[in-house]
Amino acid sequence: MIKSAKTRRGDWVFVIICVFVGIICLVPMLNLAARSLSSSDALIKHEVTVYPKGLNLTAYEYVFGNAKYVRSFFWTIFLTFICTIVSLIMTAICAYPLIFPKLRGRGVINVLITITMFFNAGTIPNYLLMKSLGLLNNPLVLIIPSCLSVYNMIIMRSFFYGIPESLRESAEIDGASYFRILIKIYVPLSKPVFATLALFYAVGRWNGYSDALMYINNKREDLYPLQYYLYNILKSQSDLSAQEGFSTPGLNDTIKSAIVMFSTVPILIVYPFLQKYFIHGVTLGAVKE
Amino acid sequence: MAKSKESSDANSGQIIRVKTRMSWKASFKRYWQLYLLLLVPIVYFIIFRYGPMEYIITAFKKYKINAPVWEMEWAKNKKKETDVFFYFKQAFQDNQFLRALKNTVVLNVLDLVVGFPAPIIFALILNELVFKRFKKVIQTVAYMPHFLSWVIIYGLSLRIFATDDGLINMFIQSLGGSPIPFLGDEKLWVVTYVFLGVWQNFGWGSIVYLASIAGINQELYEAASVDGAGRFKKMWHITLPGIKPTIVVLLIMNLGNILGGGFDRPFAMQNNLVLNTAEVISTYVYKKGVLAAQYSLTTAVGLFQSVVGVFFLLMANFISRKLGERGIW
Repeated sequence: MIKSAKTRRGDWVFVIICVFVGIICLVPMLNLAARSLSSSDALIKHEVTVYPKGLNLTAYEYVFGNAKYVRSFFWTIFLTFICTIVSLIMTAICAYPLIFPKLRGRGVINVLITITMFFNAGTIPNYLLMKSLGLLNNPLVLIIPSCLSVYNMIIMRSFFYGIPESLRESAEIDGASYFRILIKIYVPLSKPVFATLALFYAVGRWNGYSDALMYINNKREDLYPLQYYLYNILKSQSDLSAQEGFSTPGLNDTIKSAIVMFSTVPILIVYPFLQKYFIHGVTLGAVKE
Repeated sequence: MAKSKESSDANSGQIIRVKTRMSWKASFKRYWQLYLLLLVPIVYFIIFRYGPMEYIITAFKKYKINAPVWEMEWAKNKKKETDVFFYFKQAFQDNQFLRALKNTVVLNVLDLVVGFPAPIIFALILNELVFKRFKKVIQTVAYMPHFLSWVIIYGLSLRIFATDDGLINMFIQSLGGSPIPFLGDEKLWVVTYVFLGVWQNFGWGSIVYLASIAGINQELYEAASVDGAGRFKKMWHITLPGIKPTIVVLLIMNLGNILGGGFDRPFAMQNNLVLNTAEVISTYVYKKGVLAAQYSLTTAVGLFQSVVGVFFLLMANFISRKLGERGIW
């Protein structure tokens, strides 16, 4: 927008609104971070706001010293990594063939895929399916059922459409196979969309807990993803010290805060660096075919 | 069957598109690698997206453990007569379901009324910012809540809304008020729930609108400035009409979701004190189905929910096209 060189008074009003909005976004996180780093003394006296009082790292020492938590943390990192890779491959091999206009059956496949976006069988039919496939309490249930999102597939397909057809046609003339064209032309040119979808899939897996809640019971606690582990801790009314093996009572509040903090950090570190990619990805998703 | 079909685009008279259609045999011969690639996703869709649909029949049958769906008996009513809609009727006589239905509608309508305009307003505000670096920082900050899981947001809300040492109640008390149970009171819980929904989504939701605003012809603004239009006049007469198609598409998608709504958010946020307003269909289905094994009843509820969802989507799409907007297809 063309603006006069001098900023007008109205501009500052919008700046103030935005600062206010930014504060509302940040304060809950700052408050939690402050709690996790404060002494229990300061917490009991209700002195903690958005910065730590009586700085101490005891809560984090307990969290890192707790085998169950550390295990769940690394299991979730591993799980997220596997899921992201599998999902990206699935999304690419689904989106790529569908951009060839002459491929017979393409229309039918597109329609059948799109239907699943709007009509879902429901929670219980899904549950009964997993049960009959023997996937309950199986680590694969956390990977396979959610490994392909139609929405993300459409984003990737839109991006592939944007790559000039002439590129693949000249490769075809040179005798390159369709596999080769995918790997040598489409994948390298689609780095931004792969980055975006990697973020979407990774965040989805990292943040998801309902599949674990439904398909995995306490016989396989070792398969609990971090968010579900966290859910159980936050919902339990009893003292953490007894239940989860944290040895000092009274640290409850700071430990819980430290756990929540630490479970968020990996994503909060990553997303700002991918901002320009995911903005583009979201925009592609909004464009209809 | 004719192998080639010629179609001319009526709207753009001069351009004549020639579309040759390959036979299946030729297509397979030429594209066998592509079909091979597609095989894996197709198997995935058949098993994991269409596979569950077989179990929808459970809604009309009496569930029998370890039996295939087709071997189960049709549902019978109390007089032992076959009544395939028995479980649907049972659901609508169940007060817990009716409560969940009502809460789902109430929460989704509130989400729509409060949550839908929020990203639009935020995008309009961002668009007015002249300091580019500042704008970028605010955007990064506003996208942050979208990356938090509902378990984390629940954890945050437990602390920030706590009645004893929560930041907000400490602030209220310092002003001389008494603490407010934001999460423990049925009505206030609804307010908190809707607020947190907006908090999580307003920034992320604004991305689409910002992209849409960026596509508006800049000359319109210049012409308006020459005509002496102020900031708000331009917003109202250029920006908003410019992003109207985007708004309509997203509104349709949201209306299709009026009986939907996820599981993660209500399930993480609810607690036993507020179930009267917090129990929604998805959490009811989980508790009655996965936990209490009433599979037929809950499958019926799920089917009802899906069908109503599709109905609303089609209706919203139909109306928007009648009103001259483009709709989602």
